[in-house]
Amino acid sequence: MIEKKIMIFAEQREGKIHPISFELLGKGREIANKLKAELSAIILGYNIEREEIMELIHYGADKVFLYNHQAFKYPDVIQYKYNIVNLIKKECPEIFLIGATHFGRSLAPRIAAALNTGLTADCIDLQVDENGELIQIRPAFIGNILAYIKTKTRPVMSTIRYKVMKKMEKDVTRKGVIIEMKPEIANIKSPKFIGKEKEKKINIAEAKVIVAGGRGLGSSEGFKLLKELADLLGGVIGASRIAVDEGWISKEHQVGFSGNTVKPKLYIACGISGSPQHLAGMRDSEIIVAINIDPSAPIHKIADYSIIGDLYQIVPIMIKEIKNIKGKKC
Amino acid sequence: MSLKIIVLIKPVPDITKVKFDVEKGRIDRSSAEIEINPLDLNALEAAVEIKEKLGGKVIAISMGPPNAISALKDALARGADEAILLEDNKFAGADTLATSYTLACAIKKIGKFDIIFCGEKTIDGDTGQVGAEVAEHLNIPNLYYVSKIKEVLEDKIVVVSEMEEASYIMESNFPVLVSVTKDVNKPRLPTLKEKLKAMKSEVKIWHAENLADIIDLNKVGYNGSPTNVKKIIIPKEKEREGKMFKDINEGINFILEEFIKRGLV
Repeated sequence: MIEKKIMIFAEQREGKIHPISFELLGKGREIANKLKAELSAIILGYNIEREEIMELIHYGADKVFLYNHQAFKYPDVIQYKYNIVNLIKKECPEIFLIGATHFGRSLAPRIAAALNTGLTADCIDLQVDENGELIQIRPAFIGNILAYIKTKTRPVMSTIRYKVMKKMEKDVTRKGVIIEMKPEIANIKSPKFIGKEKEKKINIAEAKVIVAGGRGLGSSEGFKLLKELADLLGGVIGASRIAVDEGWISKEHQVGFSGNTVKPKLYIACGISGSPQHLAGMRDSEIIVAINIDPSAPIHKIADYSIIGDLYQIVPIMIKEIKNIKGKKC
Repeated sequence: MSLKIIVLIKPVPDITKVKFDVEKGRIDRSSAEIEINPLDLNALEAAVEIKEKLGGKVIAISMGPPNAISALKDALARGADEAILLEDNKFAGADTLATSYTLACAIKKIGKFDIIFCGEKTIDGDTGQVGAEVAEHLNIPNLYYVSKIKEVLEDKIVVVSEMEEASYIMESNFPVLVSVTKDVNKPRLPTLKEKLKAMKSEVKIWHAENLADIIDLNKVGYNGSPTNVKKIIIPKEKEREGKMFKDINEGINFILEEFIKRGLV
């Protein structure tokens, strides 16, 4: 019997592997064990350190297909797609998983269309049914429903949401092989990377604590107050779409359907009523605290703790109290 | 310079009103009015702004049921010059691969073009896949998560593309597909006069037979779709403590105790 194969795309930027890749390996390992399949990773980049590539094996890959070329330095969809499609055609994996990062969500559809196979977006779970077939579970209609999806064609392709799958414990004794592949360059013209407009100051998707503000803040001044609270808690500032559209804060802080999806340990929503679009971006936070003057605001329905009142009265007291607590500790 | 710009528009149900039939695992799309997917308004605005500045023609194209005409009339009111609806029972039940294939066939029929604009994702399916799949079917580059159009020249476009860690400046020659975020512009509201004019304008309807020489009917609609929704469920919200405090100090004290217990302070 030919062994089944499962393959994941290991995303890297500037030589550093994106953590989603280890999460894909974690889920991939679980499925591979069920299906008695081989788990491999494909990584494309330029002069990535050997130690970094070994991480893929330590986190569950049996095999790593490595493509080293200058063309992979930037997230170039066309060149990445070309090499990945060629490898999939050769290896014929049953399942191919990609992280639902911006790059992953731009790359995966091109691979799927090139292979004429089905692709399921932004999955939050994968299950194997009694026939050994993959069921892909994903939210739609801004999180109002969960759809269970099966794919008729092979490979089954899914993009997977960041921070929902568990990675394995790192095992430095795991053995695996790294196979150096010969990169091929597609002769269709890729978009040119002129440079970086700016580095982002915050990466909200990575934050452990988020203190977010919305319409109730009334002005950009309010964010200074929230920043003080966020700093004390070792967190960052988030915002609802309205606060961003009003120009009170820059868009990289936006949480929600048209902003970022976040899953921090603590989310404090200040003056945010909780539109379905906002909830879609933060409802999976571990603990949700809502501070809002309106007791009927929808945010309270998904909050662990709500305080009904004026945030300009409440937040300064919280800041003072936390400073007190921290003072005692020292 | 005269640019030909195509805008992909998805007619979607009003998300706040749509109902779900959990038993049948279906979305009752007739339960809410059809409108243009919000992010596609940004795509349309980007196209119209370029046309107004540099000259050219904007063609809005959708695939959907007959009642999607209203969404395309809205696109005409907002500045599109021409609107095409791909409507056929054979197209129904399509997933993203079949949808993108059908759209790509229609675009081939339109002929030479410079730019295709689409929104980053839709508010109903939320896959964000159709745009890039169209680009692949047409074998053209795609620019993604575009938050700013810096420059449009005779044969190329320069944009800002948002990645999680940085914003990249990217440039592509035509033809190219550009998928935009909501930050790219503020979509205009049509005036009453524009609305009335659009009401009288024609939306072209293309059926499968209109694409007969281009399309492979095995690749469209439900039968051409490799992915199938087996069931839908309404997810349960995570269990929350749901403690509400109307006394500010009591609330703050309780929450800070919790923070300490959980090692957050």
